[in-house]
Amino acid sequence: MSVKLGVPSKGRLMDKTFDWFEKHGIRLSRTGSDREYSGAVEGIEGVSLVLLSAGEIPRELAAGRIHLGVTGTDLVQEKLPRWEQQVEEIAPLGFGQADLILAVPGCWVDVDTLDDLDAAAAGFRARHGFRLRIATKYHRLVRDFLTDAGVADYQLVDRQGATEGTVKNETAEAIADITSTGETLRANHLKILGDGLVLRSQATLWRSRVAECDATEKAALKALLKRVDG
Amino acid sequence: MPRRARILARAAQLRAYFEEVGARPVETPVLQPAETLLDLYGEDIRGRAYMTSDALRGELMLRPDFTVPVVQMHMAHGADPARYTYSGEVFRRQEHDPDRDNEYIQVGYEVFDRTDPAAADAEVFTLIAGTLSGLHLRASTGDIGILMAAVAGLETTEARKSALMRHIWRPRRFRALLDRYSGRAPMPATRTALLAAADPMAEAGPQIGLRSRADIEARIEALRFDVAAPKISEREMTALEILLAVRETLPFALERLRDVAVDLPQITPALDRLEARIGALAARGVEVETLEFEASYGRTSMEYYDGFVFGFYAATRADLPPVATGGRYDALTRALGDGTEIPAVGGVLRPGVMLTLEEAAR
Repeated sequence: MSVKLGVPSKGRLMDKTFDWFEKHGIRLSRTGSDREYSGAVEGIEGVSLVLLSAGEIPRELAAGRIHLGVTGTDLVQEKLPRWEQQVEEIAPLGFGQADLILAVPGCWVDVDTLDDLDAAAAGFRARHGFRLRIATKYHRLVRDFLTDAGVADYQLVDRQGATEGTVKNETAEAIADITSTGETLRANHLKILGDGLVLRSQATLWRSRVAECDATEKAALKALLKRVDG
Repeated sequence: MPRRARILARAAQLRAYFEEVGARPVETPVLQPAETLLDLYGEDIRGRAYMTSDALRGELMLRPDFTVPVVQMHMAHGADPARYTYSGEVFRRQEHDPDRDNEYIQVGYEVFDRTDPAAADAEVFTLIAGTLSGLHLRASTGDIGILMAAVAGLETTEARKSALMRHIWRPRRFRALLDRYSGRAPMPATRTALLAAADPMAEAGPQIGLRSRADIEARIEALRFDVAAPKISEREMTALEILLAVRETLPFALERLRDVAVDLPQITPALDRLEARIGALAARGVEVETLEFEASYGRTSMEYYDGFVFGFYAATRADLPPVATGGRYDALTRALGDGTEIPAVGGVLRPGVMLTLEEAAR
């Protein structure tokens, strides 16, 4: 069998991943029609390409169904408990930079820190009768972050996309989301809390600590790791 | 006998014992309405409990403990005094440590009795201790009520006291608040700028979201009021620090705390209760001279307790969870009682951990 390398199946993340491997003399490409998730690897022996959605890659690594995978730090840490024991970071790829941040409406001139957020949440609950809603898809990371900071009287509401719009639509009072430039936040009249950086993320090559390797796979993996290291 | 059957057999024995000494056995549903627990404990509980839902009843939680449903049951139609026992599974979501059980059997004993709180504390502690003899456990005790009394009586604004009270169970935020109220930590630059601004709303941009302009202005008003208020004194701060660090055997702890009460006289009634409890424990044959007391005990993990707290641990097995824990939760009965309340104290045992220790000893 061959070493399985999981790569995001579409968009900029896929293209940039392909570019990154190309720089290391490994040519990845999609084969067949656009809808068919199969790929080819040239320039190295014994490695096969598995195209997956970036969100599935952490779980596939943790299950040992792929040996290597490219996905964001944010997704690995959100989806894998004790992630350090399940995957090893091989190399940050230098793109896909994004910060998971907490943002509140710009009009909240009284809220710039987590301490303010906590006080605002207490006041909000007293006035409105329910806990201040924070829209996010990163439940575990955000909850751990807020627990650690000692913020109370909030609730997380699930939002898988277009999180920035929730405040205007009054389905949430604040958000926790990935941002790279902050452009979308500003366009939606939101501001980042001064100490509201939950996680700094970028596209990263991971190795599964649990995927089994036979002798051939071991050799191919070693060759690949040596190549991307140089 | 398979392990689970042995745990269930031990749980049945424990429950039968509590029945013998006068407790009424009760059952509670495994599925609990999530809203009650979320309102009490906030979002943190989602990280510790399994959630599920259906279209009719909304969000539900797999029972993370028995205390809340037992209190609800008692407040709805129990006559006091009452003593209850129960045995059954509780479910704890584990997101960090795969070695911790996510489902285990708990046996509990709860007392709702107005007559003599010190005696009730001692009753629960000694009954539970009695079932654990032979396991060579270390007992820890504490009393969240002393810290609460200290906060309630600080010479400062009501707003500060209620903010501190709200964070009694979050030691880091509590500490940060104290540091700011006492002037030990500087005010964040953003806040200084906000309060110095002639029109704080000048740069606000469009008003969006449910938190209204009135909400924001009310908070700014509260901040202005806070800045104008005198700092919490060094005398009170030092006394609080000494209080939080008290960790002695019971009689010495009481002595230390009596010293603290010179500067924080508001804790005297709580200390009188502690003294009465020591007496009640001694009367039941507990060796109070060697029993540990930690003023900060239970502050991170036992958030509904507001008085006496205790736990039993295997000293040599730091990998194991406590074998038994418990405490007083008068405030919980107030929160769930719809205008009524009753002094309540209880504790839970983990027969599975008891068996593990017995097997290891063999």
